[in-house]
Amino acid sequence: MRLVQLLPFVAVTALSLSTSAQAATTITWWHAMEGALGEKVNAIADEFNASQDDYVVKPVYKGSYSDNLTATIAAFRAGQAPAITQVFEVGTATMMSAKGAIYPVYQLMQDTGTPFDPDAFLPAVKSYYTSSDGHMLSMPFNSSTPVLYYNQDAFAKAGIETPPRTWAELGRDAHKLVESGAAECGLTTAWPSWTQLENFSAINDLPFATQANGFNGSDARLVFDQQPATVAHIQDLAEWQKSHAFEYGGRADSGTKRFQSGRCAMLTTSSASRAGIQEAAKGKFGFAIAPLPYDAEAVSQPRNSIIGGASLWVMQGQSDTVYQGVAEFLNFLSSPAVQADWASFTGYVPITTAAYEQLKAEGFYTKTPGASVAIDQLTRGTPDDNGRGLRLGNMPQIRNIIAEQLEKAFNGSETATQALTTAAKRGNAELEQFERSVSN
Amino acid sequence: MRYRRPGLDGLTHLLLIIGAVIFGLPLWLALTASTHSAADLQSGIAPLWFGDQGLVNYWQLLSQPMPGLGVSALRLLGNSLVMALGIALGKIAISLLAAYAIVFFRFPCRTLCFWLIFVTLMLPVEVRIVPTYGVVARFGLIDTYAGMILPLIASATATFLLRQCFLSLPSELFEAARLDGAGPLRFLKDFVLPLSRTNLAALFVIMFIYGWNQYLWPLLAANSPDHATAVISLKNLVQSTDTLPPWQLATAMTLLTVLPPVVVIVAMQRFFVRGLTDAEK
Amino acid sequence: MPIKMTTFERHSVTPWLLLAPQLAVVAIFFFWPAAESLRQAFYVQDAFGLGERFVGLANFQHVLSSPGYWHAFGVTALFSLLVAAGAMGLALLLAVLADRVLHGARLYRVLLTWPYAVAPAVAGLLWLFMFDPVLGVLTHALAVFGVHWDAQLDPGQALALVVIASIWQQMSYNFVFFLAGLQMIPASLLEAAAIDGAGPFRCFFGITLPLLSPTAFFLLVMNSVYVLFETFATIDNTTLGGPGGATRTLVYKLYEDGFVGRDLGGSSAQSVLLMLLVGVLTFIQFRYLERRVAY
Repeated sequence: MRLVQLLPFVAVTALSLSTSAQAATTITWWHAMEGALGEKVNAIADEFNASQDDYVVKPVYKGSYSDNLTATIAAFRAGQAPAITQVFEVGTATMMSAKGAIYPVYQLMQDTGTPFDPDAFLPAVKSYYTSSDGHMLSMPFNSSTPVLYYNQDAFAKAGIETPPRTWAELGRDAHKLVESGAAECGLTTAWPSWTQLENFSAINDLPFATQANGFNGSDARLVFDQQPATVAHIQDLAEWQKSHAFEYGGRADSGTKRFQSGRCAMLTTSSASRAGIQEAAKGKFGFAIAPLPYDAEAVSQPRNSIIGGASLWVMQGQSDTVYQGVAEFLNFLSSPAVQADWASFTGYVPITTAAYEQLKAEGFYTKTPGASVAIDQLTRGTPDDNGRGLRLGNMPQIRNIIAEQLEKAFNGSETATQALTTAAKRGNAELEQFERSVSN
Repeated sequence: MRYRRPGLDGLTHLLLIIGAVIFGLPLWLALTASTHSAADLQSGIAPLWFGDQGLVNYWQLLSQPMPGLGVSALRLLGNSLVMALGIALGKIAISLLAAYAIVFFRFPCRTLCFWLIFVTLMLPVEVRIVPTYGVVARFGLIDTYAGMILPLIASATATFLLRQCFLSLPSELFEAARLDGAGPLRFLKDFVLPLSRTNLAALFVIMFIYGWNQYLWPLLAANSPDHATAVISLKNLVQSTDTLPPWQLATAMTLLTVLPPVVVIVAMQRFFVRGLTDAEK
Repeated sequence: MPIKMTTFERHSVTPWLLLAPQLAVVAIFFFWPAAESLRQAFYVQDAFGLGERFVGLANFQHVLSSPGYWHAFGVTALFSLLVAAGAMGLALLLAVLADRVLHGARLYRVLLTWPYAVAPAVAGLLWLFMFDPVLGVLTHALAVFGVHWDAQLDPGQALALVVIASIWQQMSYNFVFFLAGLQMIPASLLEAAAIDGAGPFRCFFGITLPLLSPTAFFLLVMNSVYVLFETFATIDNTTLGGPGGATRTLVYKLYEDGFVGRDLGGSSAQSVLLMLLVGVLTFIQFRYLERRVAY
């Protein structure tokens, strides 16, 4: 099996070796896609390389999103930036403000005469990467949204028939799971700030920050600590932590492990984790995917969730030949075939309408139960000021601060109100620092 | 003479054995875990005894690219070896020359030069990390072995130690060399080096371990997996996104990473102790 | 500098040629970046280095008035204290024992010194594995005693994790020094005390311990330096400074602010403050070295 899988790679490598003899232009692409995702990235690049002779795209895995952004900035300062780099959604404001460092995608496409239609992308995706004057600055690549994974075996054992729709229901189910002995822990989460604050705010139509979460101006300030529903939600989780109805699983995606190992019966994390969870759960337990719960007291109808994931930024400092190749490659990447393949393989949502239609036509969503949850949740209703996403400077640091303060709430050393107030205060200091540093 | 009581001696041995066992426990658990399958490890407590997947795991590690990194463990270990040897030999070479100049020559600013070197003790790579990256990048040395090695090879410790060593050589030696008509380089090669062998070996052990175990600098300076070292590769294995950490591979890789410096310490125990107590890092 | 050796006198260029490699490395990779740090500490700059503005001492003011910095300082101090106490206490005990034995001394020494060869990053991983919330042996052992181990949430447990890993790694360094110190104590001194009727404990506390105190003091400094710098790798492989900043040391904060937060001015100011701190420690260490060299 392994060997057979390798054969096309060998063939393609041989091909790209022979083409490089004709001095093809190398395009470096730094990314943060690990494991199976990383292999898929390589396969996509190989496919592009095999499709033409002029350019060779060289993907380089640079560690986590944060590592990659760090490396990109350091390399840019040293005059060694890659042509393309993958930046996570919360790094968007940082990249947008770096006008001399980036080559806006719409402009690149214009300059190289490459066809490019921003309206081909899903609205929730397009808006995230579009500047206030209406230009798309980066190329969406992998977008996901948080969903609820639940362990069907544990649910059956506890006698719960349907997944919870609201947080109140989830709380009841979580306690039931633990008390009945069906699971050691009810709920855990990955990406705590993204799932429990950022998306909680969007889905329940609550502001996370002023100025439409930063979309209307760089003087936005955090206000999640002033929303009673948000504070109450964190307080609930902190209460549940005591009885293991909720277990905090750490930052980034380390909470996923507690679900994969069968310890926790529910998990809120990215829709893109589906493949990884499937592999870990194989032969151990069955799982299914449900929309992220909403707070029935805050909103009558849940609104759209917001995206996570990353987009591709083109960096300044390359030759025209390289940029010609970059434009062609980005065009190739957003083609329906590549996008549909990528989305069905990974659990990321298809980022263009065409790719979505293609997957639907192929019957992907009927064949793969749960795969449609993410895209349905992302596209329900029209995004309002609380639901377009976040455009806040120094957001990676703000996420760290939030995680740090959530930890204090969950381990009981501070109340939810104290923890979130401090988080907002410290986060606002970051926003001020960002404002100062870009307004030079 | 020490107090000798049979009971006390027995207790001494017992406590030492307990100490040695406790200190060995982490490595023992890594060893047993590395012989189980991923599924075994994920379905319970880490086993205290060996499983039957050892060959499979180590073979996978050595024959296939590491998950997430795309380069083989052998390549990573090779990179570590290049870096450790480069740092150890580089430090010794330039410190040897510098100490030799300071001890056996008189020239203006001699004391100043010594102090300039000495002050580097105050500047570990951690405090100058951001600008050092900039300087190395300016020379185009990011992601090269030279870039990984050069910023770490200045050594106040080695210079200081070798200076002490040269100062303790008998001055008759110098007279003998002069009668022989030896110039500076021959004196270094034929007289000084042979007499400093023990010190050089001791320095080598300490510096090799220092180089092999570097973390922060190679993390930044090795920009692609092609130059990543064994030590920094481990985090990638354990903190894998969206999958359970493949502990069977992580523990196996840990053992392979630990092996070379431990072998050096055990095989050169005498030099190690000497190097440590002389060099004080 | 006292020189007792005769020297080559008619060579004026040779010494510079010999010194050139070391001086070049020192100038290019030490002084240049250090000067750059010093300069940047007085500027505010955006992440990409596209523009900068002189701000005087504002960065220092900002760092020194931020509670986060002093929290990291406190964590570093507590961390140092715990590692020094743990690693030195254990090392002293084992060194005294190893100094007593007649048979197998060499084997014990090997068995107790090899962790020195383990990288701090790897030490962190080994203990992370034993304390893994799902499959860790120690996690389950603690559960038997009713302790719920969750280093991702409990600040005390997180600190314990990095402290234990550091003690495990640093013990062997201290052990080597204590053993060397013990072996340098003249046997005649202990024999004389024994003849005077002093028991083993009085011998230890009356003679051995006072004679070891310079070594202990030196090790205290070295253990602090170890915690200050080397534990970066331990932390980066285990707790990542969390939870709630409970394991964020000064160097970890410097790295986070500089490389993750990209606050160059602030991190440079922290670099300068760290250099001062290391300067003090180096001075103390140097004084010790000079004294040791003297006898």
